[in-house]
Amino acid sequence: MEVHTLEKIIADHPFFGNLEASYTSLLVGCASNVRFDAGKYILREGEEANEFYLIRHGRVAIEINPPHRRPIIVDTVAEGEILGWSWLLPPYAWRFHARAETSILAIVLDGKCLRAKCEQNHDLGYELLKRFSQIMNRRLDATRIQLLDVYAAR
Amino acid sequence: MGDRVQARLAVGEIERLLQLLANRGYRIIGPTVRDGAIVYDEIESLGDLPQGQTDEQEAGRYRLKPRDDGALFGYAVGPQSWKKYLHPAEVKLFEAEQKGGMFRILNNEAKPLQPSAFLGVRACELVAIGIQDRVLLDGRYRDPIYHARREGVFVVAVQCTQSAATCFCASMGTGPEAAGAGADLILTELVHGNDHWFLAEAPSERGREVLDELHSQPCSEEDCHAAGAAVQAAASQQTRRMETTGIRDLLYENFDHPRWDHVAERCLACANCTMVCPTCFCTTVEDVTDVPGDRAERWRRWDSCFTINFSLIHGGSVRTSGKARYRQWMTHKLGSWIDQFGSSGCVGCGRCITWCPVGIDITEEAQAIRGAVNHGSTHS
Amino acid sequence: MPRADTDPMMPQPCMVRSVSRETPDTLTLELEPASSTSPGQAEFQPGQFSMLWVFGVGELPIAISGDPGAARSLTYTVRSVGPATRALTTRQQGQAVGVRGPFGTGWPVDSARGRDVLVVGGGIGLAPLRPVIYDVLRHRSQYGRLVILHGARSPRDLLYRKELASWDRQKDTLVLSTVDYGGSSWRGRVGVVTSLFKFVRLQPSLTTAFVCGPEIMMRFVAREMIARGLSASHLYFSMERNMKCAVGFCGHCQWGPHFICKDGPVFPYSRIAPLLDRYEL
Repeated sequence: MEVHTLEKIIADHPFFGNLEASYTSLLVGCASNVRFDAGKYILREGEEANEFYLIRHGRVAIEINPPHRRPIIVDTVAEGEILGWSWLLPPYAWRFHARAETSILAIVLDGKCLRAKCEQNHDLGYELLKRFSQIMNRRLDATRIQLLDVYAAR
Repeated sequence: MGDRVQARLAVGEIERLLQLLANRGYRIIGPTVRDGAIVYDEIESLGDLPQGQTDEQEAGRYRLKPRDDGALFGYAVGPQSWKKYLHPAEVKLFEAEQKGGMFRILNNEAKPLQPSAFLGVRACELVAIGIQDRVLLDGRYRDPIYHARREGVFVVAVQCTQSAATCFCASMGTGPEAAGAGADLILTELVHGNDHWFLAEAPSERGREVLDELHSQPCSEEDCHAAGAAVQAAASQQTRRMETTGIRDLLYENFDHPRWDHVAERCLACANCTMVCPTCFCTTVEDVTDVPGDRAERWRRWDSCFTINFSLIHGGSVRTSGKARYRQWMTHKLGSWIDQFGSSGCVGCGRCITWCPVGIDITEEAQAIRGAVNHGSTHS
Repeated sequence: MPRADTDPMMPQPCMVRSVSRETPDTLTLELEPASSTSPGQAEFQPGQFSMLWVFGVGELPIAISGDPGAARSLTYTVRSVGPATRALTTRQQGQAVGVRGPFGTGWPVDSARGRDVLVVGGGIGLAPLRPVIYDVLRHRSQYGRLVILHGARSPRDLLYRKELASWDRQKDTLVLSTVDYGGSSWRGRVGVVTSLFKFVRLQPSLTTAFVCGPEIMMRFVAREMIARGLSASHLYFSMERNMKCAVGFCGHCQWGPHFICKDGPVFPYSRIAPLLDRYEL
């Protein structure tokens, strides 16, 4: 049944590892499968951030739009990775575009619903924040290295 | 002094020694006075030696003074060392010409060099030559320039009977007694009033042959004792010392010691120390062409780790600060040299102390790091 | 003056057989020893380098990037960043380049027999690793999985793209590439090379890793690898420092007690880890 499949996927995912069973069920309650065709925009800069995605297949390009130019790809997110954490922190709005580079198969989690639950249950909130902080930490490290422009000829 | 042949030579025999060496086809290099210092140059007779001269050395100071006797070797070491001849400051590696996209190396034949005799090699210098031998001859590759110049050098060592204030060979275990490795003759000079003579020893067969041709007398027990005591006196005279126990690890483990900042405030990165040091061997390579661009030469020149571009890779130098460069030199000389070549790179000659324009003293720097560490304090 | 056949400082003429462009600022030169030069001149271990001399301009250490099994052929991938590299990259077919070498301690490819091989090349760092790939592919059955990770500044700076694609198609071989700056039309991965590790399934205790690239990149890669359980003594870096002689005499390439030209350029991470954090060593 689809619910069990989702539960297994979420429970097995390293991001949600060691989460209390009750929390996992809670997450499953907020989750569903989703597909995107290649080229479609999954989320857009400025829009309200109400969900996040567990990418199961495909690659997503994170883009930013400079004026008078085509969008620049600043990062890519692929299978096994989490897309989006702006749902968790105010002002709850996306800061970048995310475009499906290839066709995407993902699990979407209802961020708005989860946010409400985190406000009620701070332990759940703490567990999720710990995990998202890790992702942000790694992305920050990676971004810093990208900024160093290590391959440039000086 | 064991079973080495020992003989007593009158001072006049030194002139005969020069003649004997010249007759054997040697170009004789020895100490001579020039520009207020005792340097090494080609000499022909006794008159070229700094007879009756002595040196007064301190951190950042060198003066020549007249002696009250006629000693031929009554001084320590000057700004030059034997690397001037063995590992020359400037040497052409090759000439080449290009035509139609192809190049050809010219002058491919090694020119035979006139063999040299070095007169007046001090104990510390003997060790220094041995150290450069290990660097330039004993590795995976052999430097053919050093090899050609080193081959067949006739070494007349002279044991010091007085030390300069900057000498610390005794604590480095490199002198003032000449260990004999690499020397053909070892002379110890004794002057007392009109009695001016040399104790001569011949550690090599070549040296024995030359000694046999000199007019010598056997050495009495009293003579030998006097010579030994004079050399010992030179050792006792030394006030500076380097504590070498565990110095490599001391320097490796104190990469961030505040003393490096302290020395960096004084060091001018002038590279004097590396030029006068008898074991420093770093060189650089320069390619030059003539104006039309058809002929090129490659030259090798002395270089110094104190120069800003020494560690230059694309993007910049690795050691930009003077602090890093001083630390590199001292750590290499006293520490990493041991890992690289099996011995310290320092022979305690004191030249770097004498010829540093701001008087930085390597023994004091080492002591400051060691002392501060031992006493658990962070200030020297 | 020293004689040619005994002197490691004497360049031997090698003729440019072909020049191919890899990226806007990088070319690959294939050289062949001149008839006056011994054919043994072209024998090398993966990871070794030559000193390449352009007549009257200067001499540089350049890693050999070709196939160690190819006879009478020396290949170099050169990035034009200054006058000497610029002169090298403007050499044409039939012209001579002076070659000294090969020098240095290379990649211990044999030590990876029976193990998975992970090759991580950042930018031009992939060039000294390419001989490892050729070597492993030539003796394929003696090695486990082959994983090649390549990171570059932007899509047009990726090296050997056709070869990377063909290697990826081989059995038990995975090739992943990524760029720091994706631009607008790149369809591949964007992100630092460490971001590729999550897509690689490794048996850490059975993996030997060979890494080359900018020093910062190598440090981050090592950290990531150690965190994933790779052994520091089966992880190898290729280091770079200023070189004038390449034979341990000029002293320029010293890094702590090591002469990069002879003790390296390849080092096991376990030996050099404490040195990497020392600023201005």
